[in-house]
Amino acid sequence: MQEKQNISAFKSETIELVNKIINRYPEGRQKSALLPILHIAQAENNGWLSTGIMDYVALLLNLQPIEVYEVATFYSMFNLEPVGNCVIEVCQTGPCWLKGSDEILAHFEKRLGIKPGETTEDGKFTLKTVECLAACGNAPVIQVGTDYHENLTTEKVDELIEKWKAENKVSHSNPYL
Amino acid sequence: MARKILLHDIDVANLTDFNVYRNLGGYTAVEKMFKNFTPDQLTEEVKKSGLRGRGGAGFPTGLKWSFLDKKTDKPRYFVCNFDESEPGTFKDRHIGQLNPHQLIEGMILGSYALGVRTAYVYIRGELFYVLKIIEKAIEEAYQNGFLGENIKGSAYSLDLYCQPGAGAYICGEETALLESLEGKRGNPRIKPPFPAVVGLYGCPTVVNNVETIASLPWIINNGAEAYAAIGTEKSKGTKLISACGHINKPGVYEIELGLPVEEFIYSDEYCGGIRNGNKLKAVIAGGSSVPILPAELILKTAKGEPRLLSYESLEEGGFETGTMLGSGGFIVMDDTTCMVKSLLTYARFYHHESCGQCSPCREGTGWMENILRRIDTGKGSMKDIDLLVHIAKHVEGNTICPLGDAAAWPVASAIRHFREEFEEHIKLQQCRFTK
Repeated sequence: MQEKQNISAFKSETIELVNKIINRYPEGRQKSALLPILHIAQAENNGWLSTGIMDYVALLLNLQPIEVYEVATFYSMFNLEPVGNCVIEVCQTGPCWLKGSDEILAHFEKRLGIKPGETTEDGKFTLKTVECLAACGNAPVIQVGTDYHENLTTEKVDELIEKWKAENKVSHSNPYL
Repeated sequence: MARKILLHDIDVANLTDFNVYRNLGGYTAVEKMFKNFTPDQLTEEVKKSGLRGRGGAGFPTGLKWSFLDKKTDKPRYFVCNFDESEPGTFKDRHIGQLNPHQLIEGMILGSYALGVRTAYVYIRGELFYVLKIIEKAIEEAYQNGFLGENIKGSAYSLDLYCQPGAGAYICGEETALLESLEGKRGNPRIKPPFPAVVGLYGCPTVVNNVETIASLPWIINNGAEAYAAIGTEKSKGTKLISACGHINKPGVYEIELGLPVEEFIYSDEYCGGIRNGNKLKAVIAGGSSVPILPAELILKTAKGEPRLLSYESLEEGGFETGTMLGSGGFIVMDDTTCMVKSLLTYARFYHHESCGQCSPCREGTGWMENILRRIDTGKGSMKDIDLLVHIAKHVEGNTICPLGDAAAWPVASAIRHFREEFEEHIKLQQCRFTK
């Protein structure tokens, strides 16, 4: 477990959004808002869920911290370790594999000099493998933040990397905004 | 051209806008509903249509609705299962992204029939950009009086919200979905009780797939008989087939149930044949969970009859020589495909996605992945093949939810139909396809 960190509370606009989401569920069922709120918390905490931010979410939703930890550790979209600014998620399940996802992954590894699960030394990129993204007709597919990039080729990968480098791509932003 | 129910207007520009959808006759089914149907009559109409659940299980929709416990005074819930995660399946995304109002209209119809005041669309977290499209459409529906208090001046009120998941295939199983919607880990519940009696927050709940719900407006507009007149005796209506893999034209196609598989694969109206003029090797016809079939058995049944895209034709021959329609995720493989590596990707998938509750699935999926990886990397032994069959057999049927079956069937069927290829892989200690 990471050390507890001091975290600042959400901005007032974010709190407004959090309350709007909580109101979608019946009285006393605010725990239902946990997944949406964790998405927001992760985005506002540099793309990962520290113990500190999870404790803050527990406080917001009036839950025990363990109720947040057990959920955060279950779902694969939640990062429990720090990540780079731009997290690249490469689908590798059957349909993408049929269309060359192995080559796409290998190309990312070569270009970035990292393996899946690793972050570049400059902290700019993290490479991840993920399972089926439900875009198999346009395989191979990757996800970066809320964006899908489909029908990938190694040339397109090169273009994307150049573009992300040029714009200092940050893939985590509040997905509701 | 085949009749289009779900995708009739899908190519219309700006279909996600309320006014565009409305001008094409959108939301007239809701108006007709208030005029012509009581909730029970609407349920009867859906029963008569023969519509079956399009998420994969194929359970009759109207019948599922009729199980809803109406004796309790607890609130009831209607939940749309938009956790589309079955490898090879990308049809629901197509609807949500391009025609969200069709889904919302279906949600209103279903909610009315079930006496529901609050409904949710649970959508996989990866598809957040689709969630935003749907939320915008929901907002428009509120503004135009089709959601909220006293819909179109009636006594009926409905609130509809979207909820994102966060990366878990298992949440497509309806009780896991409900757990997730309650803010918990997606561990499937033991059934019974079924969600129709004890569902969301312990209240009576119906969970239906996106495509199922999106079919409702057409059924109400055109009548159950018109819907039931499409398709075959046991497979009524149309089905979205999401076709991918080694075909010339991957995409989402709406077919009238009963279309010959051969026509679907080779006709230019659909998949347009195999890429580079290659030979068809195998098809997984209904999402990665259903048994894989070699070319000869997907084109024709063991009896030599043409195989059709319908529940009953794909099931013909049982698991020995048949498969299932499942979700309609149609994965096509040509003769350059290694069956060992292909299967390994699915074994890894199910291992990754097992929730870990039941030992046979938690352990078995990992063992199957490891053994397949061993074979794939040239370190397998002949007895590994029977060991895989043995493990699959002991995972199947021994778990709370169907993920165990879903993990076992691909392994069992790949070995059943392509055993020689596994043996060759072990003998050569390498793959003849990738060298």
